Amino acid sequence: MTTALPSSPARVRPKWRSLKPTLLIGTVLLLILLLAALFPQLFTPYSPTDFDYTAILSSPNLKHPFGTDNFGRDIFSRVIFGTRIDLQIAVFTTAFPFVFGTLLGALSGFQGRWLDALVGRVADLVVVFPFLVLVIAIVAVLGPGLNNMFLAVSAVGWVSYWRLTRGEVLAQKKAEYAQAAQVLGYSPARVLLRHILPNAVTPAVVYLMTDMSLGILLGASLGYLGLGAQPPTPEWGVMVADGKNFMVTAWWIGTFPGLALTLAGVTFSLIGDGLADALRPKS
Amino acid sequence: MSSAYVLRRLLQIIPLFLAVMVLIFVLVHLIPGDPVSTLLGDRATPDIVARANKELGLDRPLVVQFGFFVNGLLHGNLGESINLKVSVLSLIADRLPVTLFLTVYAAVLGVLLAVPLAILAAVRRNTWVDALIRGFFQFGLSLPVFYLGLQLLTLLGARLGLFPIGGYGESFGDHLYHLFLPALTLGLNLAAVLLRTLRSSVIEVLTAEYVDFARAKGLKTWTIMTRHVLRNALIGTVTLLGLNIGALIGGAVITETVFAIPGVGRLMVDAIFARDYPVVQGLTLTFALLVSLVFLATDLIHARLDPRAEVA
Repeated sequence: MTTALPSSPARVRPKWRSLKPTLLIGTVLLLILLLAALFPQLFTPYSPTDFDYTAILSSPNLKHPFGTDNFGRDIFSRVIFGTRIDLQIAVFTTAFPFVFGTLLGALSGFQGRWLDALVGRVADLVVVFPFLVLVIAIVAVLGPGLNNMFLAVSAVGWVSYWRLTRGEVLAQKKAEYAQAAQVLGYSPARVLLRHILPNAVTPAVVYLMTDMSLGILLGASLGYLGLGAQPPTPEWGVMVADGKNFMVTAWWIGTFPGLALTLAGVTFSLIGDGLADALRPKS
Repeated sequence: MSSAYVLRRLLQIIPLFLAVMVLIFVLVHLIPGDPVSTLLGDRATPDIVARANKELGLDRPLVVQFGFFVNGLLHGNLGESINLKVSVLSLIADRLPVTLFLTVYAAVLGVLLAVPLAILAAVRRNTWVDALIRGFFQFGLSLPVFYLGLQLLTLLGARLGLFPIGGYGESFGDHLYHLFLPALTLGLNLAAVLLRTLRSSVIEVLTAEYVDFARAKGLKTWTIMTRHVLRNALIGTVTLLGLNIGALIGGAVITETVFAIPGVGRLMVDAIFARDYPVVQGLTLTFALLVSLVFLATDLIHARLDPRAEVA
């Protein structure tokens, strides 16, 4: 038999030559953030939590580039050490929803029938609650803190991945290569996992980056409200809340952590946009 | 729009809402810590706690409590706030208008910002104007609502004294003035979300054949922009606004806390810290009802504007 069977389309990989500036800038920023998260001591000689009563509320200066707070803690150190916490939030708020939502979406789209109908109803139920309201309601039940926040976001966040992957699998299932794989007698699991899913996962991967930036914002918002990370953890949202009563007298306490948050958000959305451009199939 | 479609869409809400009630009830009753002990303080004897539990009906089996809950709901009774000793319904009725005012105000500001800028970015696409607008909003999307609010409050409220630093005001004009900064905070965020989608949909319209035809017909650019481009942009905006109602409400919860506005969002946060079950329960239900009604309205408006949507 020599007739060529339609083969799975080659997966689209970003070419370094045609790399968009957005992706490049985003990646460089991410590397800097990772460096700060992994080796905060490289950037600053101070501890993020030690009090220094000889340097209370000092404005930004050479010794303390971002100033100090009402306990004399160095804001720059707290911002740097906060990188680890907030990147952790980005990963832990998205890891489970991404894996679970994508797999469930793949099964849902491939299998259809009762599974699809059941998950669809649950998703309908989840989306009538404003995301933040449902998350803070769950956090209220479990008690404030980072771990409970991760649980709460996981319970709600999978829906987007489920929807994206389900739609893509529904479309890919009808493609010739997928039909061919089925005709060849491969097991449904093999057809789905080896053939369809690799071609259907792109939207979910692109969304993952946007979602990480949303995850950081959500984690920081909960921290600000007092429902996320708890003081004295140097989490950026908590730090903005620490500084809110000093905005007029000591603006630096809350302003710098907020800028760090914005920078992290920009980083992930640049990467997301760049990936969306790079992975979009050229037709 | 056929009435069968409207009816079907309305009926779909009923089982959804039953599920919402079960979910909220189960969630709220999983809360660790006994609200009665919290309320009465450390010095309450077990005897007093038991009596209070009985008074509040918290000693009954969960199924019975759920029965009371649903029965109450059907009679428009959401229970009584444990802390404030007033009916949850009146509490929400008092404060919901504030939140609705804020969200509508924010939506108006967001649309007023996003639509002209999206059209400008689309007309001047791939120029520095486009890059500037998109860059600005990319930044806006990454700016946390609570942080933007805090900075606007400090700068324009506390330092320059241009706006009040909290509260809601008495008259309509007063509301507009008091809620300007919070609405701007939420509106900027919403505008960033809207702009992305609107820009590409405007480009789609601009390159559509009927626009070429309108041009060939000799219509003025202004006429083309208002009659074709703007109209289509607004249709897209309605749908987008509907889809983003949840985010808008979530944003209101945070904004109200930052600006000390007496709306339902702030009530929610306060109730969570006070472990005031009935209030959290009533509010979550109200938010879910609000979102599903907005979804329904969006679907119906969409179906009215585009008959093809009914099939879906």
